[in-house]
Amino acid sequence: MKTPLSEEDIRKLKVGDVVYLSGIVVTARDAAHSRALSILRSGGSLPIDLKGLAIYHCGPVVDKKDDKWVVVVAGPTTSTRMDPLEYEFIEKTGAKMIIGKGGMGARTVEACKKFGAVYTIFTGGAAVLAAKGMKRVLEVHWLDLGIPEALWVIEVENFGPLMVTIDSHGNNFYDSINREVYRRLREEIYPKIGV
Amino acid sequence: MLDVSLDKRIEDAIVMLLKAASIYLPQDVKNALIKARDLEDNPLAKAQLDAIIENCELAEVEGKPICQDTGLISFYVSVGDEFPVKGALADILRRATIRATREIPLRPNSVDVLSGKNPGDNTGRYVPHIDWELIPNNSELKVTAFPKGGGSEGPCLAKVILPTEGLKYAKKMVLDAVAEAGPKPCPPTVIGVGLGGTMDFAVKLAKKALLRPIGVRSDVEDIAKLEVELLELINSLGIGPHGVGGRTTALDVHVDCAHRHPASYAVAVVFNCWAVRRSTMIMDSKGNVDFITHKFMNELWR
Repeated sequence: MKTPLSEEDIRKLKVGDVVYLSGIVVTARDAAHSRALSILRSGGSLPIDLKGLAIYHCGPVVDKKDDKWVVVVAGPTTSTRMDPLEYEFIEKTGAKMIIGKGGMGARTVEACKKFGAVYTIFTGGAAVLAAKGMKRVLEVHWLDLGIPEALWVIEVENFGPLMVTIDSHGNNFYDSINREVYRRLREEIYPKIGV
Repeated sequence: MLDVSLDKRIEDAIVMLLKAASIYLPQDVKNALIKARDLEDNPLAKAQLDAIIENCELAEVEGKPICQDTGLISFYVSVGDEFPVKGALADILRRATIRATREIPLRPNSVDVLSGKNPGDNTGRYVPHIDWELIPNNSELKVTAFPKGGGSEGPCLAKVILPTEGLKYAKKMVLDAVAEAGPKPCPPTVIGVGLGGTMDFAVKLAKKALLRPIGVRSDVEDIAKLEVELLELINSLGIGPHGVGGRTTALDVHVDCAHRHPASYAVAVVFNCWAVRRSTMIMDSKGNVDFITHKFMNELWR
C-alpha cells in the first residue's frame, strides 16, 4: 500500500491481513500525542499534515552522519499508552493507519470504524528488521521532547510485515484471543492451583 | 605492565559489555527462541518468532542494537575486596554508559521523573542503577550489564498478600499478571518472581532472578518445582508470541525467595521481553578480561 492512504484502501482491509507500506510514516509516542492534541484543540496546526499518512508508535535509535539524521533501528513501542488519546488523534489528524504493537482498546476500534482507519502491528523488538524498510529521514520536529518522543518523518519502502489487528469494521483481533485466555485462566487454570 | 590505567581498562571493558548486551542476545535466549519457533504450529505465532530470529541475526551482522528500546541500564557488580579499584567504580560505570550511548549508539532513555527532561546520555539520578556486592577474599571484578526495555516494565507488579493466602494466591497473582499483560510486554517473555522478604526485597529478588540463564532451575528444590509448574500453566494460557496465540507465552520462569516476616508475604512479578539482554565480564586485578557470556568479545578485546 502507498501513502497517502484513502478511505477506500482502508475499508478493504480485515483483521489478520498482512500489508507492506511505502510512502511516509511519522513516529509519535506519548508526549507527541499529547502535544499534537493540545495544538489541534486550540486551533493550531501541526508541523506536518498527517492526513492519509501512517502514524508509527516508535521512538527510534538515530545517529547524525554528516549533519544528516539516519535511522539506526526503529521497532514499535507498546500502543496501549497512546490508547486514551488515539480516538481524538485519528479524528483530528485524518491519519489512516496506526502502526504499533501490543494492541489497542475499544475507543480506538470505534475511531477506526467511524473515521476509516486501521491499527496494524509490527513484531515488537524487531527493530533492525523494521529499519530495513526505512529509506531516509525526511524531517524531524519537536526534538525538545527528546529523541524517542520527537516526530520523525520517515520515507519507507515495503515496510512490514504489518498485521491488521483492528480493521475499520469494528473488529479487534486481540479481543478474541483475550476472551479465550481468560476462559482458560478461570475454567482450567484456577482449579489446578486451587483458587 | 599495562600501558593504560586500570580505571581506563574497566571503562573500555564496560563499553564493550554494553555493546555485547545491546547487539548480541545470549546463547541461551537465542536457543530458547529457536526451540519455541520449532515447537510452534500456529502460523501467525511462527511468523512472529521467525521475524524475531531474523531480526537477531540481522542485528549481529549489521552490528546494531536488537531493539530500538535499548533500555534503562542496570549493572550488577560483584567486587572482590582485593580488587584494586572500588571507590571509583560508580564513576567509571557512568562514564562508560555515556560513551556507550554515543558509540553504539543507544537510545537516550533516562528521563527526569518530574520535568520529563532527557539529559541525552542515559544517565541521571540513580541511573545507571548499580547493584553492589562485596566478595571477601577475592581479587576479581565481575559486572553484569542488564539493559531492560520499557514495554516489559508496564505489567510488573508487587503486592503484600495475607500469609494465610500464601503460595496459592502467589501463583494466582503471577498467572493473572500474565493474562492481564497479554501482548504488551513482547512475549515470549521471561518472568522473574520474588517471594517473601520485605516488599522491596521481593522485587529485587524477582529482577535478579532474570539474570539466571533460561533452563537453569533454582537450587531450592521446591522452588525449582514451582518454576516448572508456573511455566507450564503460563504456556497453557495461549497468549503466544506477541499475543497472536500459540504455545510459547514465556520462555522461562525464574523464582527466588527470602524468609519473610510472620505477618507478611510479599510477592513480586517482573517481566522481561523476549530480548533478554544481559552480558557478564570478569576482570582480574591486572586488568585481564573474560566476557563470559559473549566469549567472542574476548578476541575483539585483545
